[in-house]
Amino acid sequence: MSVRHALLALLSEEPKYGLQLREEFEAHTGEVWPLNVGQVYTTLQRLERDGLVAAVGDEEPAEPGPQKAYRITDAGRAELADWLRTVPDLSTPPRDDLVMKILIAVRVPGIDVHEVIQAHRRYLIELMQEWTRLKEDDDGADLSFALVVDSELFRLDSVVRWLDAAEGRLRRATADGWTPALGAAGAHRQPGANSARPGAALPRRRLGVRR
Amino acid sequence: MMSKGQAVLELRSISKVYGRGAAEVQALRDVSLGVAQGEMVAVMGPSGSGKSSLLTIAGTLEDPTSGAVLVKGEDTLRMSGGAKSRIRRRTIGYVFQDFNLLPGLTAAENVSLPLELDGTSMRKAHLAALKALDELGLGSQARRFPDQLSGGERQRVAIARAVVGERSLLLADEPSGALDSANGEAVMRLIHTYCKRGTAAVVVTHDAQLASWADRVVFLRDGRVADQTAAPAGPETLLEQPS
Repeated sequence: MSVRHALLALLSEEPKYGLQLREEFEAHTGEVWPLNVGQVYTTLQRLERDGLVAAVGDEEPAEPGPQKAYRITDAGRAELADWLRTVPDLSTPPRDDLVMKILIAVRVPGIDVHEVIQAHRRYLIELMQEWTRLKEDDDGADLSFALVVDSELFRLDSVVRWLDAAEGRLRRATADGWTPALGAAGAHRQPGANSARPGAALPRRRLGVRR
Repeated sequence: MMSKGQAVLELRSISKVYGRGAAEVQALRDVSLGVAQGEMVAVMGPSGSGKSSLLTIAGTLEDPTSGAVLVKGEDTLRMSGGAKSRIRRRTIGYVFQDFNLLPGLTAAENVSLPLELDGTSMRKAHLAALKALDELGLGSQARRFPDQLSGGERQRVAIARAVVGERSLLLADEPSGALDSANGEAVMRLIHTYCKRGTAAVVVTHDAQLASWADRVVFLRDGRVADQTAAPAGPETLLEQPS
């Protein structure tokens, strides 16, 4: 998460002090991402070095501190606008521990994959229950907070859905006579191009990078 | 008067078999589930896992093949047909995915109908219906017919009908299945609110976001209770960050 750009965004409204920036940062992110004031000052220093912010009414170059206010520069505004429009790189799937565990569980003899899936599903839903409880007394006044909670719930929900789909796929495969041993044999049946890593039965196709 | 936390619904070792011989389907196997007053339980599971059977049996709309169903401590399988109907009219409220409102009746008439069927005078039933609709923000829609209401409004009318007369057990089968996410959430929020006031609820849903409104989530698989979530922790645990 870019503290740098979040601070630029806050300064785009008006000049502000470091402490004020910290408070507003936390309020604008639904108080879900705490930020210590040291981080704020270090970031401000770097932004100043890069010419994206400037100290207000400051004659001698003092250390950043509570007494010092900052304003955004034109270069800072341009940088902020540019950052907002630049899409983050999502082309490569993240190395997801949970996905890896399920992929591996499918291969390990004597492991009940459904049990592994259910353990993860239960944990995810317990987390979702906690997030939902935060919504209970929410009257919708804190928009940032509501957006953060939604985003977490959708993220966790997508993992639950993937587990549901994985379980369904596994059941159908098992009903069709699939077993871990067969699965491995199936992967070996097609040596050729994608067998660079010996013995690895996990998917090897290159994903993403479509531009 | 029941004390807080007492079981409103108790399923004891329920099994349900449909069909015979080669066509036999075991929908539920030895399912036990208690739902306390004020508790909201969500039931999740893949299709065919027995969710709907569990709900129809809990609602006394169908008998289990074996086991016992207790509503407010009374064994419904030992009741006369009349006594069972009374329980269905007075104690249990049902909410369905497709709302099941009667198209020829206004919103208020749909809500007052179960009270009237139970012998409440038309005037009293009407007033109770208006009050229930008002609480759900539908006071101004009381005279409209279902086809003049949006999907979200229809489901809220259905919820008003399910809770009118202070019923203690709410059973809902995919209550937000036909709604968009905002309306779906509104429905769960409502059921949650009624539970906080003391209603017990069982909500069948395949949607994890909706299920997470429940105090407890029960997972069915192949007709068995495969798992359930732990007792709720306080919401503050999430926001405790390692600094």
